[in-house]
Amino acid sequence: MRKKVKSLLSKHEFYISLVIVLLCIMIEVRSGQFFTPNNLVDLSSALIVPGLFAIGAFMVIVSGGIDVSFPALASLSVYATTKILTDANYKGGILLPIVMVLVFGALLGAFNGFFIARLKLPTMIITLGTSSVFRGIMQGVLNSTQIPNIPEGMKNFGNAALFVAKNQQLGLTSRMPVAVLVLIAAIALAYFVLRYTMFGRALFAIGGNETSAYRAGFNVGRTKFILYVIVGAVSSLAGLIRTCMMGQMHPTNMLGMEMMIIAGVVLGGVAITGGDGTLTGCMLGTILIVMVQNSLILLGVPTYWQEFFLGTLIIVGTGISAMQVMRNKRRLVSRKLEEGS
Amino acid sequence: MAQSVIKVVDIKKSFGAVKALKGVSLEIAPGEIHCLAGENGCGKSTLIKVISGVHAPDSGHIEFGGKVYTKISPIESIMNGVQVIYQDFSIFPNLTVMENLVFNSELKDRRKFVNWKRFRRIAQQAVDRIGFKVDLNARVGDLSVADKQLVAICRALMFNAKLIIMDEPTTALTTKEVNALFKIIMSLKEQGIAILFVSHKLNEVFEISERFTILRSGEKIITGNTSELDDKKFTYYMTGREFEDLRFKPKNVSKEPLLEVENLGLTGYFHDVSFSLKRGEILGITGLLGSGRTELALSLFGIHPADQGKIRIKGQEVVIDSVESAMKYNIGYVPEDRLSEGLFLPQSIADNIVISELENISSKTGIIDQKKRKAEIERWVKELGVATNNPANACNTLSGGNQQKVVLAKWLSRNLDVLILNGPTVGVDIGAKHDIHTILQNLAHEGLGIIIISDDLPEILQNSSKIIIMKNGTVTAELNPEEIDEDKLSEYMMGGNE
Amino acid sequence: MNENRVSIRRKLSNFYYRDEYTSRLIIMLLAVLISMLILRPGKFFTFVNFQTMVAQFPEFGLMSLGVMVCMITGGIDLSVVGVANLASICSGILMKAMVAESGSLPWYGIPVGMICGIVIGLVAGILNGALVAKIHIPPILATLGTFELFSGIAIVLTKGKAISKLPMEYSALITSKLFGIIPVQLIVFVIMAGIISFLLSRTTFGTRIYMLGTNIKAAEFSGLDTSGLLIKTYALSGICAALGGLVMLANYNSARADYGAVYTLQCVLIVVLGGVNPNGGKGRISGVVFAILVLQMLSSGLNMFPQISNFYKPLIWGGVLLLVMTLNYFSENRNRSK
Repeated sequence: MRKKVKSLLSKHEFYISLVIVLLCIMIEVRSGQFFTPNNLVDLSSALIVPGLFAIGAFMVIVSGGIDVSFPALASLSVYATTKILTDANYKGGILLPIVMVLVFGALLGAFNGFFIARLKLPTMIITLGTSSVFRGIMQGVLNSTQIPNIPEGMKNFGNAALFVAKNQQLGLTSRMPVAVLVLIAAIALAYFVLRYTMFGRALFAIGGNETSAYRAGFNVGRTKFILYVIVGAVSSLAGLIRTCMMGQMHPTNMLGMEMMIIAGVVLGGVAITGGDGTLTGCMLGTILIVMVQNSLILLGVPTYWQEFFLGTLIIVGTGISAMQVMRNKRRLVSRKLEEGS
Repeated sequence: MAQSVIKVVDIKKSFGAVKALKGVSLEIAPGEIHCLAGENGCGKSTLIKVISGVHAPDSGHIEFGGKVYTKISPIESIMNGVQVIYQDFSIFPNLTVMENLVFNSELKDRRKFVNWKRFRRIAQQAVDRIGFKVDLNARVGDLSVADKQLVAICRALMFNAKLIIMDEPTTALTTKEVNALFKIIMSLKEQGIAILFVSHKLNEVFEISERFTILRSGEKIITGNTSELDDKKFTYYMTGREFEDLRFKPKNVSKEPLLEVENLGLTGYFHDVSFSLKRGEILGITGLLGSGRTELALSLFGIHPADQGKIRIKGQEVVIDSVESAMKYNIGYVPEDRLSEGLFLPQSIADNIVISELENISSKTGIIDQKKRKAEIERWVKELGVATNNPANACNTLSGGNQQKVVLAKWLSRNLDVLILNGPTVGVDIGAKHDIHTILQNLAHEGLGIIIISDDLPEILQNSSKIIIMKNGTVTAELNPEEIDEDKLSEYMMGGNE
Repeated sequence: MNENRVSIRRKLSNFYYRDEYTSRLIIMLLAVLISMLILRPGKFFTFVNFQTMVAQFPEFGLMSLGVMVCMITGGIDLSVVGVANLASICSGILMKAMVAESGSLPWYGIPVGMICGIVIGLVAGILNGALVAKIHIPPILATLGTFELFSGIAIVLTKGKAISKLPMEYSALITSKLFGIIPVQLIVFVIMAGIISFLLSRTTFGTRIYMLGTNIKAAEFSGLDTSGLLIKTYALSGICAALGGLVMLANYNSARADYGAVYTLQCVLIVVLGGVNPNGGKGRISGVVFAILVLQMLSSGLNMFPQISNFYKPLIWGGVLLLVMTLNYFSENRNRSK
């Protein structure tokens, strides 16, 4: 029993959960508004898009890379889709937009995959480049502008509610978007892939030791390529949901989100060097970031303090994680010395 | 006559202008334990890579049980029963023992989905084969080096291996672990599995192998039965030169001690270590891996400062709490792992030499005096005989022995009183090894106090004027090298005479 | 006759391969110049244009110098834009306060304002260095975090608005031209580049950080004060970034928390283009300076084609970065198999 407790205490996920709980309590105490149905629904709603992005980012980081191009990639896919459908006066349902966005996302993801998997170039710098290329295509080649009236089908999807939560006290209501099902499905699917398929295990193997992965017989190049195609598709889906929920397409709205998402993943205990981390941790970290972003108001903090707090959160979170790594290394060395004699 | 497991016939391989293998032939019988030896750059690793299919030979062929291959792919090599265990064991430190064991076979079977129950079954079978008791859920990165190696061996055995190639398998193992490994190798032999083991450690060649092959500069020098081999012949075959045994005879030993250590300790690593070192002496410290000897060195050098006991330099008590303070007291340290701890390989030989003494060749404000710098570099390249035609070349163009000389130069360029060396000739060719021992002995004659930490017992015996043995974190014996021999030394190390 | 031709070709080939990165840059520079010569000779090759270009690039040029030194140690500084904005905002606020107090900008106004900015850069850099060296946070993450932090502080100070209506004297001074010809911004850049070049090639600090970037463990074992060196490096980067911010302050005559957002990528591009190895231990100022020039010329050149909107710039920068990395990959491989 004690062993289980000890193992629990050594897990990053435990501490992050603690922080989240503390934050919830703090906000509730300060505003009395946290544990209200409509706030919780709002929070869940706000979690959908970052959560989907985070799943993609998590898989990339586990495989040992860092992808900063996904918001630009998503923006481009969604803009192209929305523009085409709007210009064509599309009257259908959400299915076609989803398919289009997935296809565009996969193609753009393949672009990333070519440089990273085929040419084996360092991911962070390459994705800095491709991020720029995607943006340039969207704003330059496609001459992107805001699209205030998106096709009905998309708008309806964004507005569709699973249920409505009401805050009795203040009379506020919040809709739980249908899209939350997409997030839940994505998490379940990701969990399955990571735990029960060789592709998923390959990501961990590659992140742990790429040379060993080659030697063991993993097709590293193909795995990475497929990974980036998937990430492109998933990120684009996230972008589509955001546009639908916002009711309009604002091309540059998502740009710059990459840091927040990556910070969330790292806060959740995923090692930036790859090979270590859990989906649970990734989601917890993202929840923490989203909470901070959405609930500062409830704490009475003006919105322009947001970035300051986020920056502090990233520094503190990564700092603690780094110190834990150091402590573990030292513990390992001393244990080895004891055993050696 | 049983057909050989593998027959390598006249393999030639060049990389550009470099002729790595100039026509090497080799034959291994089933269940044979064969040692492949040679200095760095002799072609050992190229030969292994050709056998395992990583490189295609330019000419020659390989026969597996009669089937002839002029070119072989890694998969075909595996199908023919060849398994290679590289020095890093090709493991995934972030994953469990179970996963490390099963990936190769799962991938070979082209499985797409994971069945954890099946993983566990296969993994358990694999470890049971050699009786390896391990927690299948343990993270491999947390295991000891010996256990990691056992994981690699278990994995190798999963594929109907007929020939297991082990590349320098005993580098990071304690004596106890080496013996355990040898037991396993013997049991593999009994199962008819042949072992090709690459090693440069003479005593291992003798202890475990039946036949040996020595390569030099891409050519096979000799293949023979180990029973017909002795030290002198081994050295001669490896280097083509004969060396004289140079026992260290101390001269000019000072009266006063240079370095005195009294009840020195670092909690959790070592305790109650006391000894004294005079100018002109060479102190040999040996002991099993984990006896605390490396930590002792790191404490004296300020990387892990001691928290108990006293250190006196030239009679005065000092506190060494950082590398900076160790260097202030003119203590230098040549680390165990030359490549990752001692050198900046892609940087120039010149910069590698002067990096620790930049203050000597620059002004107070930090501006480097280019003339002084050039003079220093030329001096040390000449004095230590570093084989290079241009010190601006990168350090990774040098051989292992010359690289070690650069590390030495780095320290000697400072005015040292005490030089501590940890494993000074590991991975160094016999020729350079001899050179380095000569240099060290001369340094002692010139007034330095030297501490050599090594588990190469002949090295300790030949080069020390005084030996101390460490076990379980403390000193268990102080010996005079003239009064003991290798076997006695071994006994002391195992703790028979406490 | 044939012999001469062969030896010239070999000489060129030797020269090219001696320092491939710089050679490639020179070729790119020539390519841009020649294209401009053909397409827009009248507009590009004017004195005014060149003067404008050399007044513009110091903004991001200074920031690139900072990223460069960090990359040599094997790290990176992604917070440069945040530091720049924070420095310029603080400096601007201070100068405006001095005017508010005494009615006009006192003689010490500009120096004090600039020193304020530089000190902010120094402090920010020390924070970065401490996070990397003492707490061991990977530089990418540490500087991304501090980027948000510094931007966040800047937003709090300005409540999201711009600092404008600055004393005219500041902008007038920094955008003025020495002897009527040389823009002061350029002088600031040249001085800083000169200092860094000297530090890297002729001082103990320079040698030490190259070694540190190559192998940090060996650096510790060689007695180098790795923490101190890293902190000094990031502090230097902070100062460069702050100077970049001060130049921006003069160029725009205002300061905002979100200026220069595109510069982060641009600086990384410049540094990689300039031959600095992201893994550390390698890189020269000459390469980075050439890269800055190439980018500036390309940027100015593009401006002369109104049909190519500014929005194409990220596409071109990204494309160039990908191209350079690809070329690097092929040349590395060629070198390895030699």
